[in-house]
Amino acid sequence: MGRMNGLVLSLGALGFGILYLPIIIMIIFSFNAGKLVSVWSGASLKWYAGLLENDQLLSAFGTSLLIAVWAATIATIFGICIAVAFVRFGNFRSRLALSAIASAPLVMPEIVTGLSMLLLFISMESLFGWPSGRGVDTIIIAHATFGMCFAAVVIQARLRDFDMAIEEAAADLGATQPFIFLSITLPVIAPAVVAAWLLAFTLSFDDLVIASFVSGPGSSTLPIVIFSKVRLGVTPEINALATVMIVVVAVAVIGASWAIRRRLSGRDQNQ
Amino acid sequence: MVRGMGKYLVNLPAVTGRRLVIALPLIWLAVFFFLPLVETLQVSFTSPRRGIPPYEPLWGIGDDGFFTNFTTGNYALLLQYWSDYFGPAFNSIKLAFFSMLVCLLFAYPMAWWIARSNEKWRTILLVLVMLPFWTSSLLRIYALIGFLNPNGFINAAGLWLGLIDAPIQMMQTDFSIYMGMVLTYLPLMILPLYAVMVRLDADLLDAAADLGGSGIQIFRTIILPLTLPGIIAGSLLVFIPAVGEFVIPALLGGPDQLMMGKVLWTEFFRNRDWPVASAIAMLLLAILTVPIIYARYQDGRDAVAETPNPKQAEAG
Amino acid sequence: MAPFIRLKSISKHFADVVAVDDLSLDIEKGELFCLLGASGCGKSTLLRLLAGFESPTKGVIEIDGQDMAGVAPADRPVNFMFQNYALFPHMSVADNIGYGLRRAGMRGTELAERVDSLLKLVRLHKLGGRKPHQLSGGQRQRVALARALARRPKLLLLDEPLAALDKKLREDTQFELVDIQEKLGTTFIVVTHDQEEAMTLAGRIGIMDAGQLVQVDAPRRLYERPKSSFVADFLGTISFVDAVVASRDQTSITIGGDLNICAACDDDLPVGAAVKLAIRPEKIYLSRTKSGNVNEIEVVVEDLAYLGFATNYRVKTASGQMFKLQQQQRRSLDAPLSWGETGYVHFDPQDVIVLQD
Repeated sequence: MGRMNGLVLSLGALGFGILYLPIIIMIIFSFNAGKLVSVWSGASLKWYAGLLENDQLLSAFGTSLLIAVWAATIATIFGICIAVAFVRFGNFRSRLALSAIASAPLVMPEIVTGLSMLLLFISMESLFGWPSGRGVDTIIIAHATFGMCFAAVVIQARLRDFDMAIEEAAADLGATQPFIFLSITLPVIAPAVVAAWLLAFTLSFDDLVIASFVSGPGSSTLPIVIFSKVRLGVTPEINALATVMIVVVAVAVIGASWAIRRRLSGRDQNQ
Repeated sequence: MVRGMGKYLVNLPAVTGRRLVIALPLIWLAVFFFLPLVETLQVSFTSPRRGIPPYEPLWGIGDDGFFTNFTTGNYALLLQYWSDYFGPAFNSIKLAFFSMLVCLLFAYPMAWWIARSNEKWRTILLVLVMLPFWTSSLLRIYALIGFLNPNGFINAAGLWLGLIDAPIQMMQTDFSIYMGMVLTYLPLMILPLYAVMVRLDADLLDAAADLGGSGIQIFRTIILPLTLPGIIAGSLLVFIPAVGEFVIPALLGGPDQLMMGKVLWTEFFRNRDWPVASAIAMLLLAILTVPIIYARYQDGRDAVAETPNPKQAEAG
Repeated sequence: MAPFIRLKSISKHFADVVAVDDLSLDIEKGELFCLLGASGCGKSTLLRLLAGFESPTKGVIEIDGQDMAGVAPADRPVNFMFQNYALFPHMSVADNIGYGLRRAGMRGTELAERVDSLLKLVRLHKLGGRKPHQLSGGQRQRVALARALARRPKLLLLDEPLAALDKKLREDTQFELVDIQEKLGTTFIVVTHDQEEAMTLAGRIGIMDAGQLVQVDAPRRLYERPKSSFVADFLGTISFVDAVVASRDQTSITIGGDLNICAACDDDLPVGAAVKLAIRPEKIYLSRTKSGNVNEIEVVVEDLAYLGFATNYRVKTASGQMFKLQQQQRRSLDAPLSWGETGYVHFDPQDVIVLQD
């Protein structure tokens, strides 16, 4: 169906190729015994073994994980608030302000947000004494800030399609507002909330620029460590690390979409 | 736990609850997003110094009373060393703009392919598009280094196959920047295009063919106008962040591919000149003000267009 | 002279589904022909084959003597009106109507005048500047019609053209459609699942079932002389009697049993042949008393529905045979039969349809 001619297909295939070829090559060569990405010296898992002994990488991984979990959780909670405000509260007084301030971070260059947040933290430190120095908590705050705007977009989309009749039925049966939202609405939009959390988590975990500005000694995240190594060129340890991360994400994404498809088709069958 | 919370909150008057829900994110974002920008503006008007923080306070109460260190010196510097600052600015705009076009060139057929596929293929292709989106862009750009290096994969394959005599310099060129941009931003261009294309009624294409339209005519008169909102949305989604991109020029670009992001980073981390860095940040924002406002305006229009028309509902 | 449209042994297969099964049909120039059938019978597929949106798996389509194999939709002298109208949302009404003309190279005043005359034809004269989303359902339908007529096609295909309209609008539009067709003289093929619509619009109806044409005839003949029980049951209401031929003479047969019905019949049916008799509800008369007519049977009223101008009855004989009949309320003071009452039905042998399936 549709005008599928050769030009469209070849451009499409080329596009997918550009998207995937470099990654696939890197994955293949992560199993290369040699150091180069051009000469195959036999298969080996030694770079992967090396990962487990690299304390710097392991601790950076742990830091990134901790930060991402906190940032994603805060972002999701606030994101729900923003989404609810926009979809349910009609034309409230500060709607325009909230709308502007919640959508600007989506397009703002990271380098500007990173720099500006650092300046704020420094200024706050000299005025109030908090935050004292930069570290895990400043990174969490920074990540949560832009995370909540992305989370809001995801949850808003789901809330718009929400069938209000369910809430009206609950009200008719005697429930009142915050309770209705917590016990009825939230469970129903749970998949969107989970998706929002995962999005905020990913954005936090992968963030380099903002973390570079607002991190401190002892709070190096994984992207910061990777970047410092990578500026010097390709290293086989990073190949292995990158492969691990990409494979984990790939499995998660494919698993999630398979699970969603099963859920949808199961629902259709039940109807 | 939800039950317990509910019982606790159920006694809150509805208005207070509402106000809380609005105030929480509003205050947070005002403090942690808006205030920093104000702070940056302030710092852009001070001078650097040794110590912590490495810039003079803008104002304060000292022994002699109120004082201020207001200076426009940073902006004067930007203008004076025009080629060092405005050069990268124009370069950023140029590279971001053409990256946007290249992304569009690939994304449009890809989105069309996905939108016109059957259910099964569509899911698979969408996953293939989303996968890079969920993986770290740093890692994707890193993979490109090994790909494009003089001793990297393409050159090695080319030499081995006898296609080239000597390694081609692909790193630290405009080409490597464009490839990095496409790798990073292609999914962002595909998604809004796909969203618009999948809603395109196949009957419209049949009708146009029935009324005498050739393939190209149908594209020009029907497909292009109806996918225009997607094109605009995707283009803005790519262009605006690309102007301020740092990692791509840092890892893939050379001295000729200076972009604003890299200049800002250098001023901040290398030269420790925070006031100038702030001035550059303000310059970057100034450049992007128009596109950002246009993007928000488009968002608003799309929201209106999506509201169901009562007449449409009655006929459907 | 060859018929205007000729379909020769057309088959269309989709994966494992046979949508059209060895179908042959001739349509004359200037006809208003209806394809009638339930959903899934293949009528829309047949229409799309004629338009060129699909190619037949087997068979030949000829329009005005020309074989349409390999001819693209844009190049056929055929135009299509879609069920959901498929109006271009980003173009005005005038631009929608003029689309086909522009593709043919028409420009300027010639184009404007032609669009204007089409707007007048479908009575949308002042609305040329509006966009589709600013129109009502009925108005959109007329834009779709005007757009499809713009290029003066030799054949116009209409896919359920009235399905999306509400009842009152549908009735008015049915007559308008026939008027336009007669005025222009264009050959129309209309696909519909609504029998009333088909009966109103068509000069001839083709009833389709499972990809095949079951019977092609004028509406009156289809209704009064269906050739199969499928067609008899499909159009309107009918009562069936399963029986065996008891005796026959030159012009009629009689079935045995307690019913003892005599039916006019020219076919050479031997005694003992199994037949299905069918009688239309308006041909059955119900009265309280015996009157000595042919085919008089004693019945009990099982159910009735009072419609105002008439009453629909379901009556049953002692042996369990059901008849559905409709009795007009000729004289308002007559006392009609009610539930459980006994009466007598009778009908003319000429009105009994003899079917053999």
